[in-house]
Amino acid sequence: MSNAVDVRSLSKSFGSVKALDDISFDVAEGELFGLVGPDGAGKTTLFRILTTLLIPDTGSASVLGLDVVKDLWAIRSRVGYMPGGFALYPDLSVAENLEFFAAVFGTTVEKGYELIAPIYKQIEPFRDRRADALSGGMKQKLALSCALVHRPDILLLDEPTTGVDAVSRREFWDQLGILKASGLTIVVSTPYMDEALRCDRVALIHGGKILEIDPPRSIGTRYGLPLIAVRGGDRFGLLHTLREFPHAHAVYLFGDELHYTDKRADALPEAVARELGEYVAARGHKDVEAHPIVAGIEDSFMELMGSAPAPTATAA
Amino acid sequence: MNFAIDARDLTRRFGSFIAVDSITFDVGAGEVFGFLGANGAGKTTAIKMLVGLLAPSEGVAHVAGFDIRTQRDQIRRNIGYMSQRFSLYADLTVRENIRLYGGIYGLTPAQIAERAATMLDTLGLSANADDLVARLPLGWKQKLAFSVALVHQPKIVFLDEPTGGVDPITRRQFWELIYAAASRGTTVFVTTHYMDEAEYCDRISIMVDGRIAALGTPTELKEKYGADSVDDVFVRLARAPKGEAA
Repeated sequence: MSNAVDVRSLSKSFGSVKALDDISFDVAEGELFGLVGPDGAGKTTLFRILTTLLIPDTGSASVLGLDVVKDLWAIRSRVGYMPGGFALYPDLSVAENLEFFAAVFGTTVEKGYELIAPIYKQIEPFRDRRADALSGGMKQKLALSCALVHRPDILLLDEPTTGVDAVSRREFWDQLGILKASGLTIVVSTPYMDEALRCDRVALIHGGKILEIDPPRSIGTRYGLPLIAVRGGDRFGLLHTLREFPHAHAVYLFGDELHYTDKRADALPEAVARELGEYVAARGHKDVEAHPIVAGIEDSFMELMGSAPAPTATAA
Repeated sequence: MNFAIDARDLTRRFGSFIAVDSITFDVGAGEVFGFLGANGAGKTTAIKMLVGLLAPSEGVAHVAGFDIRTQRDQIRRNIGYMSQRFSLYADLTVRENIRLYGGIYGLTPAQIAERAATMLDTLGLSANADDLVARLPLGWKQKLAFSVALVHQPKIVFLDEPTGGVDPITRRQFWELIYAAASRGTTVFVTTHYMDEAEYCDRISIMVDGRIAALGTPTELKEKYGADSVDDVFVRLARAPKGEAA
């Protein structure tokens, strides 16, 4: 077997809250695998189980062929883990943080330098600065360097881009691409749907359940209903008009467009777009343009979320 | 004057570091204004000055018609504020949170009771009024926090990354609440890292290294920079200079 991660029927509850509800998936060696979902989906619980920090209630999981319950010590030395919020020591300098993480794993910064160099070099000019005085983007680079310094066989990154601006996010994903090219297996979680496109495969996760696992480009092809992008003047008014259309299944704001999904699975998208154009024009919306589109990750996520049972108020 | 916010040459220094460097802009009443910028560009410092938490080094600004140097108390009574990190007390119930904030903003018990009922009804939370906020799903918390920030019917509401980590459906529902508030005349001043949300704003500004590098409607900015999306405009303007601003 060559799965870097193998998860079978994993469940974990905290009191009455089911954080993970019968989850199964695997990650191949060398794969860049994304867990995409909002806060509260169960991503962090899953990472804590994979890094042996939490014991599952039922089901099993292995990392690098090692069982997360029985083989915890063997796993810990071979995994690079970047927890959410970066978990650096705020009173230590950049260099001290890195040296500390190297020492904990019984190695030195020098031995790991080659692997971390492309990332660490960008923050090395600030090596004497305290970690709490770093910007979000710099903290993120330091945390990644700390997770890599002992040359792990797999990298587990829990929301490394949360709270980081759009430019730093792009740069971070470029770095992950370089690490992946070196053969490292990477499991990364994110609440940003657009980042899913940078993964080999993604699992859409919500309410403790996996909604779908696929390569990012394939996810939209399973959408199953006509999807129309609508563009026009008064977006808020148009949104409400479209929702009144008798065949409307869902209408959402989407950047500078609205995305309209039709109930009729067998309707021709071009015909639906034409109908919609006439419908909104008759209701006073001028210069509206409507055309069929292929669903993206976020369209699919919302559709799958909508058809899954909604999480109740007490099961946050 | 009909500006909810007007800032002229607003500047803030920390020692030799210029966090906010002579920014000038205005926000119209009822406008949804997106205040964008990379981490460390100066957004938080600028917001702190506007809400009266930090004195400017130079420049002038008015919020809801009041001077940010001399009329901080009036400003606080006329603005609402909500951030992703902190807004509601998790160990209080939904109703207690509404009552607490209503009291802080000086509403009478009768006003609080009436607005709480309307708010719970609008949000579909009437059945959960006596639940602890800690037990609400994140998306509900965020919608409640937004409504609570509006409980004293402020002229302007400041939203600091209100939708971080929220699922895509709830994010959109949140923006519909923003539109609804704006259509009632409330001015909305919002920051976000989601670039699709920048497209929902009437106008946006993009801060780079303490300055406002671009300001206009999303359409104007896309045309000016020949970009397909605000995301492209943002990346082009905010691409971090070497080192410091990473």
